[in-house]
Amino acid sequence: MRQSSKLLGAAACALGFSLAGTNVWAAPTVEVLHWMTSGGQAKAMKSLKDDMESQGGKWIDTPVGGGSSEEALTKLRARVLGGDAPSSVQLKGPLIQEWGALGVLQPIDDVAAAGKWEQALPKSVAATMKYKGQWVAAPVNVHRLDWMYANPAVLKKVGITMPTTWEQFDTAAAKLKAAGITPLAHGGQAWQDASLWEVIVISVGGPAFHQKALVELDPKALGGETMQKVFDRMRKLRGYVDPNFSGRDWNLATAMIMNGTAGFQIMGDWVKGDMSAAGKQAGKDYLCANPPGTDNAFLFIVDSFAMFKSKDPDRLAGQKLFAKLLMEPRFQENFNLAKGSIPVRTDMKLDKFDSCALAASDHMAKTVKSGGFAPSAIHDMAVPMAVKGAMTDVVTKHFNSDMSSAEAAKRLADAVKLARE
Amino acid sequence: MSTPWSEGHRSLAANDALARPRPSLPATARRWLQENLSALIMAPTAAVTLVFVYGFIAWTVYMSFTGSRMMPVYELIGFDAYARLWQMERWGVSIRNLLVFGGLFMVLNLAIGLLLAVLLDQRIRFEGTLRAIFLYPMALSFIVTGTVWKWMLNPGLGLERSVHLLGWTGFKFDWIINPDYAIYTIVIAGVWQTSGLIMAMFLAALRGVDQDVVKAAYMDGATMPQIYWGIIIPSIRPAFFSAVVVLAHLAVKSFDLVIAMTNGGPGYATDLPSIFMYAMSFQRNNIAVGSATAVMMLCTVMAIVVPYLYSELRPGRRHD
Repeated sequence: MRQSSKLLGAAACALGFSLAGTNVWAAPTVEVLHWMTSGGQAKAMKSLKDDMESQGGKWIDTPVGGGSSEEALTKLRARVLGGDAPSSVQLKGPLIQEWGALGVLQPIDDVAAAGKWEQALPKSVAATMKYKGQWVAAPVNVHRLDWMYANPAVLKKVGITMPTTWEQFDTAAAKLKAAGITPLAHGGQAWQDASLWEVIVISVGGPAFHQKALVELDPKALGGETMQKVFDRMRKLRGYVDPNFSGRDWNLATAMIMNGTAGFQIMGDWVKGDMSAAGKQAGKDYLCANPPGTDNAFLFIVDSFAMFKSKDPDRLAGQKLFAKLLMEPRFQENFNLAKGSIPVRTDMKLDKFDSCALAASDHMAKTVKSGGFAPSAIHDMAVPMAVKGAMTDVVTKHFNSDMSSAEAAKRLADAVKLARE
Repeated sequence: MSTPWSEGHRSLAANDALARPRPSLPATARRWLQENLSALIMAPTAAVTLVFVYGFIAWTVYMSFTGSRMMPVYELIGFDAYARLWQMERWGVSIRNLLVFGGLFMVLNLAIGLLLAVLLDQRIRFEGTLRAIFLYPMALSFIVTGTVWKWMLNPGLGLERSVHLLGWTGFKFDWIINPDYAIYTIVIAGVWQTSGLIMAMFLAALRGVDQDVVKAAYMDGATMPQIYWGIIIPSIRPAFFSAVVVLAHLAVKSFDLVIAMTNGGPGYATDLPSIFMYAMSFQRNNIAVGSATAVMMLCTVMAIVVPYLYSELRPGRRHD
């Protein structure tokens, strides 16, 4: 397929002399490597493909199943080493910088300038989309990690409301337990343990502590007393999880909320995408709120697509069209409605979004000003993957054993140090 | 290109004309071809093996001495990756798990495989059917085995729940979610999968035992257990060797079974070196440490296989 588009490109160039350089024969082509393959995500990608094709573009889909970045990144590495990088790859945070340092990313400053991206995006988001001051990636959404979900029918049954402090949460958990309902729906995969932990870090320690420990990786903060308190809270939460949680997928934990076998779930807003895919409505079938202690915090995860260099003029044209579409309000709306996240543009009307998304959007605006708008370390927004991995190891080990909080904090500091060296 | 015949014909004529007493070129070529034909045919395979096996081994060893992170870099920095590797608590866990898993996996497989083979060797009815049943698990992939055992051992779903439903509510079997015991559930599934293959290997060997010796021992009044223990089992030693090598490398390279059953969890309680290596190389952008892990795994396999090859290939000492 690529061969034929090259041929077309060559033909267009040959004709170019008579047609004054316009490659009317060629179609802007974009190949997108991504791992948005589950229900809501696939729907979101489809809307992007339709947009692209309606503007005369050609879309080559390269999805990697399994919903995780690992296989996709392995594939990307092989493709780049082989000199055949896809036009655009779902990449985020520090990885954009790492690939940028290898000199394989394609600057798209002209698209960004034409679309006034600088004005439309929060500063901290814009910064991660640039490598050495040049735009090399386009953001599509903002996910919030610190969310808590509950089934209103279950809460009503045991006579509790959405807790706003951890003490209230403990009381609610005790009541749920007494009624034979699992207080906390949790999937015992290492990344889920780590996600829960990061929420607790910002909840117990606050955004400043989160910044110091999980972004700046300050050894004193990582191994200190506040971190011990974080692990104390994790130990408590471990007691609220059902015995069969090991290895469970997050969407199965979400199903426990939907069918009322569990009280709460603490997980990012992709849960909402699955809830709405199952026909559930925010506020009616499920409740959402920020977990205790996170009123001034917003752990953000921005999905973005990085652009890779190519010599093929069709591909370069396709890339620019693709980048332009990604940031257009129309796409941002379609995409985020399907995925459960909120648009990354701050200048959009959100009248089609549900109450949870509106709350998230308000919260984003508020925390961007207050400094509580924090990049998620566990979801690749703040630290290299080796560091994230080291953190995950310690957290999941603590969660799945009887390790003391002091020991866990010490090991955390040691592991992060080793991973950074 | 001319045919061999025409070429031969032409040079024969040339020989006649010049009357030189040297062998004709095609004849030399033919002889050379005859002598080296097998080498010639093997050459592409050898070249491919050289590049894709030994070449990549060499590349991996080289990588383990560099500081490669996300992409390979070629600057040597020494034993840094190995030093990091041995400082990681998780690597210690995966080594311990390999010892527990590998040891039990080999011992149980050999014991169960041999027992099944001896029992099947008793000239029983339906032997063919039974053999197929025992061998069948090997036809499944480890992914399937792992997934099925995951469901069976899940306390809320499989065995424990079934027994509870039968009325014995005190029954408890939650090894798969217990970090201290989860590795043993991997052993169970692994042995279930492989013992049939080991049985087949032993059965073939048992069938090759000289029946005259067995009959003579029987005449001398030896009991069946005595005959097996004293004569038959010692005489199938080569089969033990083969089984050990097969099992050792299966144990070291186990990956899919664990991924399907526990995904290394709970926590990283069922981590094995192969999973650790995958995590380092592909999930954590740490190619140097991943390569160092791979080299350590290679050394483990070599430690088992090289002495075996040595004893097998030493001239004048053949097992069969």
